[in-house]
Amino acid sequence: MAFDKMELKDIEVWDGNFAAAQAMRQCQIDVVSAYPITPSTPIVEGYAKFLADNYVEGEFVMVESEHAAMSGCIGASAAGGRVATATSSQGFALMVETLYQASGMRLPIILNVVNRALAAPLNVNGDHSDMYLGRDSGWIQFDAYCPQDAYDLNFIAFKVAEDHDIRLPAMVHQDGFMTSHTAQGVHTLDDDTAYNFVGDFKPMNDMLDFEHPVTHGVQTEEDWHFEHKARQHNDLMTKVLPKIQTVFDDFEKLTGRKYNIVEKYDMDDADVAVVCMGTSVETAREVALEMREKGIKAGVVGLRVVRPFPFFEIQEALKEVKAIAALDRSSPNGAPGMLFNEIAGTLFNTDTKALLSGYVYGLGGRDLTKKHLVDLYTELQANVDAGKVTTPLQQFIGVRGPKLQFL
Amino acid sequence: MLEIRWHSRAGQGAVTGAKGLADVISTTGKHVQAFAFYGSAKRGAAMTAYNRVDDKVIMNHEKYMEPDYVFVIDPALVYTTDVTINGKDETKYIITTHLTTDELIASQPKLKGKEVYTVDCIKIAQETIGRPIPNTPMLGAFMKISGMYDIDFFKESMVRILGKLPKKIVDANMIAIQRAYDEVK
Repeated sequence: MAFDKMELKDIEVWDGNFAAAQAMRQCQIDVVSAYPITPSTPIVEGYAKFLADNYVEGEFVMVESEHAAMSGCIGASAAGGRVATATSSQGFALMVETLYQASGMRLPIILNVVNRALAAPLNVNGDHSDMYLGRDSGWIQFDAYCPQDAYDLNFIAFKVAEDHDIRLPAMVHQDGFMTSHTAQGVHTLDDDTAYNFVGDFKPMNDMLDFEHPVTHGVQTEEDWHFEHKARQHNDLMTKVLPKIQTVFDDFEKLTGRKYNIVEKYDMDDADVAVVCMGTSVETAREVALEMREKGIKAGVVGLRVVRPFPFFEIQEALKEVKAIAALDRSSPNGAPGMLFNEIAGTLFNTDTKALLSGYVYGLGGRDLTKKHLVDLYTELQANVDAGKVTTPLQQFIGVRGPKLQFL
Repeated sequence: MLEIRWHSRAGQGAVTGAKGLADVISTTGKHVQAFAFYGSAKRGAAMTAYNRVDDKVIMNHEKYMEPDYVFVIDPALVYTTDVTINGKDETKYIITTHLTTDELIASQPKLKGKEVYTVDCIKIAQETIGRPIPNTPMLGAFMKISGMYDIDFFKESMVRILGKLPKKIVDANMIAIQRAYDEVK
């Protein structure tokens, strides 16, 4: 069955959801198995419409839950097709069991995760709770800061995940509402260029290859389970980041848009740095420039790849700074915060004397304002001037009531 | 940076209006951002939508805004919400109402001393499109007050953006945009 191509303007005004749906269309996915949930619903809606309008040659499987959605993706991927879906929050939580199946079976499924808070209390707005919930699941996790990134990273994710040296599923994260429902200019690729970048899907160990029968989803007890998990971890630790770098380089050659495993902004001579993810990276970039006009050498470090965690890249990015703020948009619920812990891990055993403090912010879509970030950089500079962290190690930004601070 | 806040009820088309405006502006080479606060998004609930426009890439994702323009596309919101919140001295207000500007300011003292323009987008939409969808007329009024684009260029752009709708509806929207452009005071 032939399908139609779509004429796109060089710059389209798209929100993050539509950008992701368009990228999925251009990748010509064989099977999308999905159960829509706010705020990722428009990705699935958009893709289904493209399919109904004959812009895609593939199957759209409507299922009864997110658990079934990912199960459908796993079946289709094991059968030997290009597979993707989208979800958020509670739906992501319901998918978790199957996420581990997908990665353990080495199935290169692409999951667009539109980040949203986890209940209770129920909340449809953006934070990183679902992204954090998935970080030990064995998936590759890319993080978009704006609709352009959400578009580009889909192509990159397919190309990385489907590589036969990798064969691991990948998530493309974007901030619920702040990216997913915010329309901005997106530089597009034409359909052929986009598809050719990703390339034809090349199956491996596919169940529909009847000449070479294979088994997926086997049981292994203490005899082999550990070896499988160790090999998966080995590939995540040794193969994925170099492959991502290669694909980032290829993408830059094609489009001129440069992505880095760890994004550094104004870090060359920075004294104080904010490390964060999602839309906050871009807001912080703008504030860092304003702080520099006030004489504070401010910089921003953003994680473009959350898993595998870019240990040495973070270490390198932060080795010369004097004070660092780790911003976690997920309640650590009784711990210092993921980014705080991971960054501390990268800097321990090094010569740095950097002062590290952690901040929890933005839960349930609470606004991170430029004013918050001005105060934050000012506090970091005060730490530098005092030669020590002048506040408790964990603080909350933008929460009402008495000031919360711990550790 | 030009910043706009829309006050609307869910279902009146503020999000579509904000995105449509962003689309038109984007074709002229500027950078745009359009977003909204949804909340539980029940039809009829008060909501706000936002535009940012700049000559350089817009990196600011904070929801807080001190707008240059405030659009109010439902007449009752002037009384039930604070449309002047986070306003600046020079903020311009374009408000849908059947009242004259003087009558409106007398009925809502918070608008006193502000630069207020009025136009009855609801009535215009009813009489042209046949439904009380005041978003496109508001953009016509904005073109007049801001002088941002020539109205003919703006209408041509909106024909493209509304392209998926039946021709009759698109034509009615063009009349609505022109009427609001002519009638805003």
